[in-house]
Amino acid sequence: MTLPLIVRRSLRQHLLSTIVTVLSIGLAGGLLISIWVVKDQAQATFTQVNIGFDAVLGARGSKLQLVLNSIFHLEASPGNVSQADYQYIKHHPAVKLAIPIAVGDNLRGYRVVGTIPELFTEVEYKPGTKFALEPGGRLFDPAAKEAVVGNFAASRLGLKVGDTFHPFHGLAYNPKEQHADIYTVTGILAPSNTPADKVVWIPIHGLQTMSGHDPNAATDVSAVLIQLRAPAAGFRLDMMYNKQGNRLTFAYPIGAIVADLFSKISWFSQVLALVAYLVAVVSAAGVLVAIYNSMAARRRDIAILRSLGARRRTVFSAIVLEAAAIGLLGMITAFGFYLVIMNGVAAVIRAQTGVLLTPWARDPVMLWAPAAMVALCALGGIVPALVAYRTEIASNLAPTS
Amino acid sequence: MAFLSVESLQKSFVSPDGERRTIVDVRDFHLQAGQQLALRGESGSGKTTFLHLIAGILAADRGSIRLGEDDMAKLKEASRDRLRALTIGYIFQTFNLLQGYTCLENVLLAMSFGPGADTAHATSVLKRVGLGHRLHHYPRQLSTGQQQRVAVARAMANRPKLVLADEPTGNLDRKNAADSLGLIRETCVENGSALLLVTHDGGVLASFEEAQDFAQLNRASREAAS
Repeated sequence: MTLPLIVRRSLRQHLLSTIVTVLSIGLAGGLLISIWVVKDQAQATFTQVNIGFDAVLGARGSKLQLVLNSIFHLEASPGNVSQADYQYIKHHPAVKLAIPIAVGDNLRGYRVVGTIPELFTEVEYKPGTKFALEPGGRLFDPAAKEAVVGNFAASRLGLKVGDTFHPFHGLAYNPKEQHADIYTVTGILAPSNTPADKVVWIPIHGLQTMSGHDPNAATDVSAVLIQLRAPAAGFRLDMMYNKQGNRLTFAYPIGAIVADLFSKISWFSQVLALVAYLVAVVSAAGVLVAIYNSMAARRRDIAILRSLGARRRTVFSAIVLEAAAIGLLGMITAFGFYLVIMNGVAAVIRAQTGVLLTPWARDPVMLWAPAAMVALCALGGIVPALVAYRTEIASNLAPTS
Repeated sequence: MAFLSVESLQKSFVSPDGERRTIVDVRDFHLQAGQQLALRGESGSGKTTFLHLIAGILAADRGSIRLGEDDMAKLKEASRDRLRALTIGYIFQTFNLLQGYTCLENVLLAMSFGPGADTAHATSVLKRVGLGHRLHHYPRQLSTGQQQRVAVARAMANRPKLVLADEPTGNLDRKNAADSLGLIRETCVENGSALLLVTHDGGVLASFEEAQDFAQLNRASREAAS
């Protein structure tokens, strides 16, 4: 009981410094864990997002841009795919399902995307799960000016079944670019935690023929989302479109293209991790400095403990343990900071991509970061502990007579 | 049979001017088990150093300090710490209570370095010195006289064979000094502890049946005086 009691009392006696150092460790640890979890989860989640498709066919250009535009609803469309090309791939024997999409409009910043009802009735966006509508809604009629709104977009735009809206031209919101057409909301999608949540879905025919759109391109689509009958077909189509053709781009497999993006920006997460490491080291050094600076005031207490029979190694251990305890309390606090940071980051990522990260999911960093931080703090505690070890009793037990 | 036997004990320090000065040089000093003895000594006579040597807080240059079977002067530091915790109770002029700990914790902590913390015993010792109602008070919440009684309880908690008291009444008023001295002497008798008390206070010295002049005992101070 002796060492824990000494540590507890010492933490309380230097309460302000304890709180400040615990908070600084907490912030550093929270930052470290957040960076790690965001990195791990973003990579794991985004490379799995394909909303049930194997490949995307689009205009000639970058595969990554095509995937970002058609699956994640980010970036601009690289161009159009003609009706003939759409019909060709749709009836290709290797293709199980082909869903066309058309982009180019928005509703107050949320993309208005044209598609066909089969996206909601045929596609399992994750194995075994199809898109569902909130109770009271129905799918749009492909021939009517109706809309099904993604859950996140609906809550942000304040849309409910029966509401009407004018789409705006372009991918970015500009109040001057309002279309004359009026759409009625017929359904709200149940949350899917996919990019589909932040999209306002309308019939593809409606988007193609929106007032002000080029009538010459009215039968074109922006991209075709494709399910294959067998994976091997993907490589054959890749060969056909990308190597032998020069008009279209066939993005396959979707996950590998997103993973390629992550590997391209891996230097960035390495920089972030380095910053987090440095912050952790600096805050552990803060523990060292805080305890070290209080050593002058502690000398008398140490001398008293020694006069009562405490050994040098006992007072040494007490200081190392105190530093480790600060590290431990700090890392407990770190989980609080982590949840705050992570919920903020998750909200931003959700708003931008519709993809939901899960702050409560376990990650190895949640074990190794606290262990490493406690060890680092204990290591820092060795410096003041050596001062404690060297404290002489007689000269610090004033006065003498 | 003497419990404490000091023979040919010497301790010197290097003074700031670089000269080595002998502070303690005691040929022969004995204290019987349970005996109570007062040592008279002026400030700077080396009597605190003498008590520190007996308690093993300082290492002796040469000589022997026999405490029962053990020789404090021959032991390594960690063993001296252990022997001090088990056999010696030390009462300081400035009490040296740990300010961040309650009365009870101050006593328990001293016990934990010796035979082991025992809350029931610590409580009974504090009751014995009249502080049963102040167990969970901090030293700053107590009067000076009460603080000295906590220090007495802490020194007695391990039932030490020897109690060393260094000007224990130096910071107390006359009434508290008399009470405190009486308490120290009574509890030593109850525990069977020998008591070695050093003071320059004539009143305290007069209350002891046996008193010695530390200047006579310590050849270093005799030489310094001559």
